[in-house]
Amino acid sequence: MTTEPAGTPDEEGLRHRVRALLSAHDPASTDRLAFLRARFDAGLAWVHYPQGLGGLGARRSLQGVVDAELAAAGAPENDPRRIGIGLGMAAPTVLTFGTDEQKARFLRPLWTGEEVWCQLFSEPGAGSDLASLGTRAVRDGDDWVVTGQKVWTSNAHNARWAILIARTDPDLPKHRGITYFVCDMTDPGVEVRPLRQITGEAEFNEVFLTGVRIPDAHRLGAVGDGWRVAQTTLMNERVAIGGASIPREGGMIGTVAATWRERPELRTPDLHDRLLRLWVDSEVSRLTAERVRQQLAAGAPGPEGSGLKLAFARLNQQISGLEVELLGEDGLRYGDWTMTRPETVDFFGRDAGYRYLRAKGNSIEGGTSEILRNIVSERVLGLPSEPRTDKDAAWKDLPR
Amino acid sequence: MNQPSSQPATPDLLYSDVEDDLRSAVRGLLADRCPPTAVLARIESGTPYDLDLWRTLAAEIGIAGLLVPEELGGQGASAREAAVVLEELGGAVAPVPFLGSAVLATSALLAAPAAAGPLLKRLASGEATAALAVPLPTAPGAAFPGSVRVAADGTLSGRITGVADASAADVLVVPAVGPDGPGLYEIAADAPGVSIDVPVSLDLTRPIADLTLDAVAARLLVGPDSAADALRAALLAGAGLLASEQLGIAQWCLDETVRYLGERHQFGRPVGSFQSLKHRLADLWLEVVSARAAARNAADALASGSPDAAVAVAVAQAHCATTAVHAAEECVQLHGGIGMTWEHPAHLYLKRAKADEIALGTPGRHRAALAELVGLPA
Ligand SMILES: Cc1cc2nc3c(=O)[nH]c(=O)nc-3n(C[C@H](O)[C@H](O)[C@H](O)COP(=O)(O)OP(=O)(O)OC[C@H]3O[C@@H](n4cnc5c(N)ncnc54)[C@H](O)[C@@H]3O)c2cc1C
Repeated sequence: MTTEPAGTPDEEGLRHRVRALLSAHDPASTDRLAFLRARFDAGLAWVHYPQGLGGLGARRSLQGVVDAELAAAGAPENDPRRIGIGLGMAAPTVLTFGTDEQKARFLRPLWTGEEVWCQLFSEPGAGSDLASLGTRAVRDGDDWVVTGQKVWTSNAHNARWAILIARTDPDLPKHRGITYFVCDMTDPGVEVRPLRQITGEAEFNEVFLTGVRIPDAHRLGAVGDGWRVAQTTLMNERVAIGGASIPREGGMIGTVAATWRERPELRTPDLHDRLLRLWVDSEVSRLTAERVRQQLAAGAPGPEGSGLKLAFARLNQQISGLEVELLGEDGLRYGDWTMTRPETVDFFGRDAGYRYLRAKGNSIEGGTSEILRNIVSERVLGLPSEPRTDKDAAWKDLPR
Repeated sequence: MNQPSSQPATPDLLYSDVEDDLRSAVRGLLADRCPPTAVLARIESGTPYDLDLWRTLAAEIGIAGLLVPEELGGQGASAREAAVVLEELGGAVAPVPFLGSAVLATSALLAAPAAAGPLLKRLASGEATAALAVPLPTAPGAAFPGSVRVAADGTLSGRITGVADASAADVLVVPAVGPDGPGLYEIAADAPGVSIDVPVSLDLTRPIADLTLDAVAARLLVGPDSAADALRAALLAGAGLLASEQLGIAQWCLDETVRYLGERHQFGRPVGSFQSLKHRLADLWLEVVSARAAARNAADALASGSPDAAVAVAVAQAHCATTAVHAAEECVQLHGGIGMTWEHPAHLYLKRAKADEIALGTPGRHRAALAELVGLPA
């Protein structure tokens, strides 16, 4: 007989709980959603989250143990690519800044994928300079009334909820008058219009907010503290985009390496040289990401994380560019320009031309590579910032 | 060749507490005894190597025998610790024969601990210093060198050029080919028939030497059965650990450049506040951070005897060699005129980095090796 481990579970304790989950909910005969809910309730969704919120307060690095055991047992997945914004950005922000009610309301359906999330941050006039945003939120009794326009909103067409930042005090300097909300995408004041991308499809949208009512109970963090709350989201976004754990040749390099091995007739000395350089860069960047994860697991997060997304964007762009060139005549063909509204970014299910075009967004979304270099040079290397005139003036007085 | 390369075990890419302690001991001693001014003063003297410092490092911290087993008087440490020492030595461009003696020669001798035991003991204690008599550019996969022959009477004759750390050595470990095949031989650097010419070197802090052997008395250490493997293992260890030296060079160049650009003012503001420079340094930072992961991976693979070691070393060399050169070149450029002077130490790092790029296989050779190893043929 095994005894139920007390306190924060270790690896053995987690295996024990996985076995208990599997015996109570046989994946072969349990409905997918019912299984995912049971997994969440057993604390095996994200083991480093607190008890009662899908976790057990265990070490983050132990998640792999759970995932591997469940995968081996044929358990259903929560399809993380479909709900990346929820998992990678909304969840850590709700966990850090949410009230108990908010955590209890939002995290479970977020994790099971029942409710998809999107991110209403960027605006036509506020991209890299996100803090200059102009969408207004005005207090009205227990509600806030929100009006403005957001843009480049990925997956807004599938989303039930949005994380939203809006200006609540135009008289303060721009970083200080912002508040962070959870916005109900089914509110009648929310209008989502597709924006077609260079790939042909419309992954992102423009979102018009007209008198949208958000209960004050859906505010995350204090009034006026939205910029600080948003930093949590953005930091997590960058790690989510650049920091995924992958095996050797697991990223785009694997696709082009496979083509190289299968089609010797395409090889040239120049392409060979470039392929090997990119293979080395991919492996080094994989190791760098691995090192960042080991630092996190050891409780000593290093600044390396902010660089991962830079490397990821450059590599994806160079590798997909090489792949199209390597393919020669096949590189002249493109799968499908039809305007569709996909649920996920599928880098590997489509052809090289798609990868080449979609990878262009990797150095723009989640903070452009130029902005990331600013962040590394100032926050990691401690170099002085450029002279600025926009920091202390009231937002309403800034030139636009 | 449709197989993707095999998946390596997850390496430990961090530093242990023991490794951190070793680093601070070496760093403390170097800060005291090996500041850039001291290195600059020494390089044009008749004694470019600082053998006093080397003996102190050996006696106080035991770095000369780091890789030597405890029963032979060494520290019984692994490539992981040696890598940490090389980061520090690289960061100080310290003119000591650690790479030649404690890494290359020692690794070759470890293939035959019985025959080489007495010599390993002397090396570990710092009583003697050795060099592996191969041209520094030799890559791990190179054919066994045939430039030195063993005569019927067992003496060695031939010529080996471009040997690192030989002018600081008491003992030379010489690959030579005799009637029975290849072997590794021990000769005394001052034995009759040995001449060691020291040409002017690009790298002033690790000068090369040209060796001519004329019927030199020698002792066989590693016989034909394992000489080629022993040499290959030594070159692989050397190349893998050189990546950590390159990391140390690159980190020094980055840190020093960041520091200088924060202080230096032009146009009424620190030049480090100009975005074009900030972005270059951010990119360089990312290269250095990546070099650390690659160098740690190589050291860990060597330490654990991983079957992935050859790939890990080639990846580390292909990346770190280039990073060190890039960092040193940026360091000179971003210092402006002062970076071009003999007085400023940046050139010592540039010269070491450029020589290291050639040492133990250029990045291009390591990429070519990878093409074989991971199944991406030309
Ligand atoms: C595929 C994709 C999906 C996206 N999904 C979302 C989403 O779901 N939700 C959301 O809120 N946003 C999303 N975005 C928006 C994204 O965050 C912004 O596009 C990005 O922050 C840049 O803002 P911008 O487009 O206004 O460009 P701008 O900020 O106008 O930048 C134009 C150019 O100027 C450069 N630049 C700007 N400021 C500086 C500076 N200080 N120094 C140097 N260079 C500078 C930029 O790097 C860029 O090259 C998405 C974008 C893409 C491409």
